[in-house]
Amino acid sequence: MEPHFHTSGSPAVELRDAVALMSDFPALAGLDLTVERGEIVMLTGANGAGKTTLLRVCAGLTPITRGYGHVMGADVVSERDAVRQRVGMVAHSNGLYDELTVRENLEFWGALIGAGDDELHQAMSIMGLDGRLATVPVRGLSAGQRRRTAFAILVVRRAGLWLLDEPHAGLDSGARDEVDDILRQASAAGATVMLSSHELDRVEQLATRRVHLAGGVVVGDGR
Amino acid sequence: MSSSGRIQVARAVLSKDLQIERRSKVLTSQIIPFAVVTLVLFAFALDGDAILQRTAPGLVWLAMLFSSMIIVQRSFAVETSDGALDALRVAGADMSAVFWGKWLALVIQLLVLELVLLAGAIVMFGIELRASGVVLLVTSSISATCGLSAVSTIYAGLASGVRGRESLLPLLVLPVASPVLIGATRAAEAAFGTGGTVVSEGWPWVGVLSVFAVVFSFGGSLAFGPLIDD
Amino acid sequence: MTIDTPPISAATQRRGTSTPATRVIGVLTIAMTIWLGVFGLVLSPADRDQGDAVRIMYVHVPSVWLAYLAFIVTALASGVHLFGRRHSLQADRVAGASAEIGVVFMAVTLVTGMLWGRITWGVYWQWDARLTTTALLFISYIGYLAVRGLEGTREQRARRSAIVGLLAVLEVPLVHWSVKLWRSLHQEATVLGTDLDVSLDGLMLFSLFVGVVAFTLLFIWLLLHRSRMLTMIDLSAESGLNAALAQRRAEGGVSL
Repeated sequence: MEPHFHTSGSPAVELRDAVALMSDFPALAGLDLTVERGEIVMLTGANGAGKTTLLRVCAGLTPITRGYGHVMGADVVSERDAVRQRVGMVAHSNGLYDELTVRENLEFWGALIGAGDDELHQAMSIMGLDGRLATVPVRGLSAGQRRRTAFAILVVRRAGLWLLDEPHAGLDSGARDEVDDILRQASAAGATVMLSSHELDRVEQLATRRVHLAGGVVVGDGR
Repeated sequence: MSSSGRIQVARAVLSKDLQIERRSKVLTSQIIPFAVVTLVLFAFALDGDAILQRTAPGLVWLAMLFSSMIIVQRSFAVETSDGALDALRVAGADMSAVFWGKWLALVIQLLVLELVLLAGAIVMFGIELRASGVVLLVTSSISATCGLSAVSTIYAGLASGVRGRESLLPLLVLPVASPVLIGATRAAEAAFGTGGTVVSEGWPWVGVLSVFAVVFSFGGSLAFGPLIDD
Repeated sequence: MTIDTPPISAATQRRGTSTPATRVIGVLTIAMTIWLGVFGLVLSPADRDQGDAVRIMYVHVPSVWLAYLAFIVTALASGVHLFGRRHSLQADRVAGASAEIGVVFMAVTLVTGMLWGRITWGVYWQWDARLTTTALLFISYIGYLAVRGLEGTREQRARRSAIVGLLAVLEVPLVHWSVKLWRSLHQEATVLGTDLDVSLDGLMLFSLFVGVVAFTLLFIWLLLHRSRMLTMIDLSAESGLNAALAQRRAEGGVSL
């Protein structure tokens, strides 16, 4: 991918003292984090440490009840709509319609944001989804192929910040390598990537930085 | 988002919903048979040709109400099964446009269902449509369906977003939709002439149904986004 | 500081929900209720046609009034929460408290109406616009309370409830209109003349007025206490949050 994603000077993510509640439980308990553009940040930590909530806060899905922050230049408290337009999130779910084919899913997103056919085609070919796979209903795809379809949507949307919750989960080792490859390409094309993972051995190869969460706050941060 | 952007979003959501229905055929293979079975069950329960003929429009609209719950829940299950609605939210798609798209898709499906139910009632319950009543029947059905779709879409959005609370949907929708049931039934009775009603008696009901449809579809488009937000 | 911390009033500081104001209102309410009892049960005349059964009216009519008043308060408070700049959680608490009170008194209205109808004319129910609208509104408010009980953060719950509450407001005139139009088609006067409007003489009217005032005071008293209780629940959740934060961070081996 050539430079493709919108970038500019300010940090991709800046959170100060963020508290986020899931029902009445403080999933994030006063978290501080700054992520510069172009980084590939891997979030690690035990289950329940707050990784998913942190990603959802950065996506503008989950509001914070204390603290403040900016994501991609938009205020996380008052401008969540703007935050959402600039980021893309792929979690355990992929955001796909099972009954439609890969191409139809991408065409839906293309129709939503007014992207042309060639952009769709380009995204699909980057993800290796053109050819036979394009006309397969998502229902019939493997987990890795679904993940790649979700990534193709992020490419079409030109999301500048990719938030991925356990993108390696449910994939075999070959598919995991494919994911890492795609993420490297996305980063080279200007996207900032934050992913959560339990794959500690991939940290060295893929990520530029590792952020370790525990108890709803950052406890370790290294490059 | 600009208004042309909004129309784009609504149209994309509408054609996606209809495309999914064409592919999965849930309306035609599951819900229409269910609705027809409901009519048959009414015949068993009410046991009498005269009663059935007299109450036929009411039975049709009861079957419509209950079936619409199923259709709209399915419409949102499609969105939540793989987090597609969340993905739409993350993308910052205008939620009122999403509402209009889903609303129109539901209207179209309900109108198809209604045609089948009316045909079923004519065949099974012995009511006859007279020429003077056709315009009334068409206008009242369309306005009733628009209002019913609006209410169903709003509350289904709410109910689908909360785990394990889909059962809340009928409790929320049915009281609010009662004017639709009353109005659609009385207008249909006037159109068919059941119970000795005259066609002209049906038109005030079209007024009620239209106001209902306008109020709840515009109110719904505004309420939808904030309602499903976190 | 949180984005919306509930105000700590003198009442909540003392860990109770009563203040001099509510005690005054409470005493007044009791006094008015006794007055209502005396007038309603003893001093006012029995009706020509209905006999003593008409006395149910002195509870039924004020209950209707209170139920609709509560409903209006819920709607206004929902509007204040939704459209006010601060999205005040206090407004949401008032809306919720008012709805709870309203539901109880709608139930009282329906039950007393049914008793009155049964005793006087032998029918528990009739499909007139007022009763039917009240019944549907009752169910709508049960739905509203169910929505208030859904999981989520306080802000989420408040926003959802406010929207559902305002949609319920939109529904009421439409329901009333359609039921009224519906019943007007049934032009046969019901055989027993079961119209719940009674011709009232001066003393009966006055007793009714006393009843309305008494119930209004009761509503204010209940509303103040219940919203304060909800505020205290939120305050305790807030301090619970601080404790939970400390505990949460300790999980990670981080001390505050």
